[in-house]
Parts: sequence; structure tokens; C-alpha cells
Amino acid sequence: MVLKEVLGAVVVVTKKAMKAFSLFAVLSVQWFSPFVSAAVLPEDRADVLYHRFDGGDVVIDGPSILIRKSIKDTVSISANYYVDNITSASIDVVTTASAYTEQRVENSMSVEYLRDKTILSVSYGQSEENDYSARTASFNFSQDFFGDLTTISAGYSQGWDVVGKRGEEDFAEDVARKQFRFGLSQVITKNSLVGISWETVTDAGYLNNPYRSVRYLDATTATGYSYQSELYPETRTSDAFAIRAMYYLPYRAAIKADARIFGDTWGIRAKNMELSYTHPYGDHWIFDVKIRRYQQTKADFYSDLFSRIDAQNFLARDKEMSTFSNDSFGLGVSYEHELNDWGPFDRVSLNLVVDYIQFDFEDFRDLRVQTTTPGLEPLYNFDATVTRAFFSIWY
Amino acid sequence: MNAARFLLVITVLSLFTGLSACSSIEPWVKPYERQNLADPITFFGRDPVADNYMHHVHQARESARGAEGSAGGGCGCN
Repeated sequence: MVLKEVLGAVVVVTKKAMKAFSLFAVLSVQWFSPFVSAAVLPEDRADVLYHRFDGGDVVIDGPSILIRKSIKDTVSISANYYVDNITSASIDVVTTASAYTEQRVENSMSVEYLRDKTILSVSYGQSEENDYSARTASFNFSQDFFGDLTTISAGYSQGWDVVGKRGEEDFAEDVARKQFRFGLSQVITKNSLVGISWETVTDAGYLNNPYRSVRYLDATTATGYSYQSELYPETRTSDAFAIRAMYYLPYRAAIKADARIFGDTWGIRAKNMELSYTHPYGDHWIFDVKIRRYQQTKADFYSDLFSRIDAQNFLARDKEMSTFSNDSFGLGVSYEHELNDWGPFDRVSLNLVVDYIQFDFEDFRDLRVQTTTPGLEPLYNFDATVTRAFFSIWY
Repeated sequence: MNAARFLLVITVLSLFTGLSACSSIEPWVKPYERQNLADPITFFGRDPVADNYMHHVHQARESARGAEGSAGGGCGCN
């Protein structure tokens, strides 16, 4: 039981680490895009969103509120409040620990300054949970030139995380993150544009959790295997390169394509592609459809089943670090309505977007199924439904 | 990743070389021709609040990170 509780805490903390990076990454890209024009500030708008992820016996839902307002056409300020309510009985939890519920709250803010064809922006955000906190600061720059057909962007972010542990009040380990990015977008024709972006991220510090477990062959146990703590390297550096394109069709509709390749110093290689189609109908409706495929190879030190205890220097059995792929199919519908005589308000929209994602793992086995020989359990897979329902108003 | 860096450098150098070597090239899409590019349906990340959330979803379940598309769009042709 003690092991179960400890491992439960571990699963929680490791998930937190991933979400902390999410804050880091999202904050970093939130104010940076090779497709954002440097000469125009974003529109003033407010959004209230309900999000829900349901898959793999995990449900995460909550609100996100994003408000943006400009001042004298040269400064734009935005603020975001985001909550994850997590209820997890995932395979990680049920095989080594106990189900849990918890909440994560994230707040962020940005200020963008426009001068001629240049935009400078700074942003800051923080994410808090009961045993994990993350702070991120970002600086971004973008510049239009060549008749506003070309935009160059660059940015830097730094993050500071503190990893805690349930039941050990004095436990506090640091993680430092640094991120540099560069982007370029080019209008090709009056109906098309292309953009490229590159981003490198370096993490240093406490990247693993000492309580997270891997399994190894152990003939002395009834199951034929035992667990020991995972151990990750203390640094990780990754590079990602993406290319995106948009084409406005002969009628009022647009197709977009997106491809990315990724690699890191842990030996993980990944690639993903996405294709989407946007089709307005009448004056009020917009429909979106998309498909996406993601593939990755495992980390060098990942194994579903190690041959013995302390089989190598670094050990991992996170399914997110295994070899797997996922396929997504998404549909979205928006209803927009112009507001007349509504004071400062211009228009509103109601939106619903639903993605279905199928995950297939190639070397992560489902330990909920008992077999006489370890390592012959069926490969794990699951599907998820991701929902975004939101209301937007422009002013 | 070396391959990604190499591709990026080559692409950027090609673009700059092309632009500088042909300094007589004028912007070929005039401001009055950009109404299609200004249509919000062409934007990558038309709704930042929803797209930021999908970045969360992907980053929490996939090892790849960085160079995501992001909120924003448009052609600067107000």
C-alpha cells in the first residue's frame, strides 16, 4: 500500500512536470508566430472557454478566460486565466498506484508594443498545483518588411519550476528551462502564404521523479517482474523545425497544411503533419475539419521491461517516451453575429470544436492484463475526445 | 537536431540571398490585393484561447515540443 501511495504521488508529479512545460511552451508561442503580422496588433476580444479531455480513463476539464485590450493603437494587453480539474484512473495509476483528483491553476499576462512595423512583447505566467509550481517569462520581437510581405520573428523564454512531493514538505527541486525561437513568414501570392519556424529548448535540473517506476524481470515475484525508480538525465535539449502553408481557394474557403520534425538529446525523434479545411456558410457560419498524424520514436533509455534491476544508467517507462503514434480527426463549427447598437461591442461568436484522437503504442504494454510470461501483455492503446466550447466577443 | 538546424539555415539563407540578389524585385502583392489574406478564415490559430489549449493537450501527451503553430494571423493589410 505504501508503494502504491508513493507511486501515485509520482505519477501526479510527473504529469505536473509535463503540464508545467505546457505552460512554458504555450506562453512562449502565445505571443509569437511566424504568421502574426508585425504591423498590426491583435484584435480586442474576450473569450470564455470550457475545455474537456476525456480518454485513457482520464478526464481533465475546466475554464479558460482570455481577454485582450489595446491602448491607443500602440499597446495591447492580454490576460489569461486557465484551470485544469484532473480526475485520473489512467493505466499509469491503476497499475502502480491509486486514482486521484487535483486542480492546476495558471495565470498569464502579456504586453505588446507596436512601433511602425515592429512589435515588441513581454509576457509572464505562472502555474500552481499543490506540489508543483512553474513560472515563465518571455520576450518576443517581430518585424515586417518588403512591403509587408515578409515577417521575421524571434523570441526567448526562460522558465523556473519547483518540484515538490506529497508527504515531504521539505522536498523542493529546481528545473530551469530556456527556449529560443525564430520564424519567418512570406506572402507568396494574393491567395497563399508560407512560414517556417525553428525552436530549441533546453531543460536542466530535476527532470525525472525518483518515485516514478520502471519494471524489470524478477523471477522471485509472482508476476515475474518488479519495479524500481525511474532515473532521467539532468539535461535535455531539443530542436523542432516546422513549415506551414495556407491557400485561399477560388471560392471563400481556405486549406492549411502544417508539418514538423523534432529531435532531442534523449534520442527521441518525432514528426507530425496536419491538414485542415475552413468553409464559411452564409453570413454567420464557419465550419472547420482537420486531420493530424503524429509519430515518435522512444528515448534511448526507455524500455517497457528491463532485463534486470539497475540495467543501465538511465531508466524510463513513461508511455509518452515510448514509440507510438496518434491520429486525430477534428470538426468545428462557429456561429458569428454582428452587433449593431451594442455600444462598444462589434460582434460575438459561439463555437464548438471536437477532436477524436486514437493513440497506438508500439512498445508500452498493458499491465492490467496478467500473463504467465512478462513482456507478452498486449500493447496499450486508447482513444480520447477533446472538446472546446467557447464564447467570444469583439469590441 | 542537426537536420532541423541545417534545413532552417538553408531556407533562411536562400530567402535572404534571393531577396538581396534581386534588389530590384518589388513587393508583388499590392496592399489592395490582400483582402483574401485578411479574411480570418485564413488565419493559423483563428481563436487563440482554443488553440493554446490544444497545444497543452499535445504537449502533455507527446514528447515533441516547440515550433508549434500559434495564435494569430493576417497579412498586415488593414
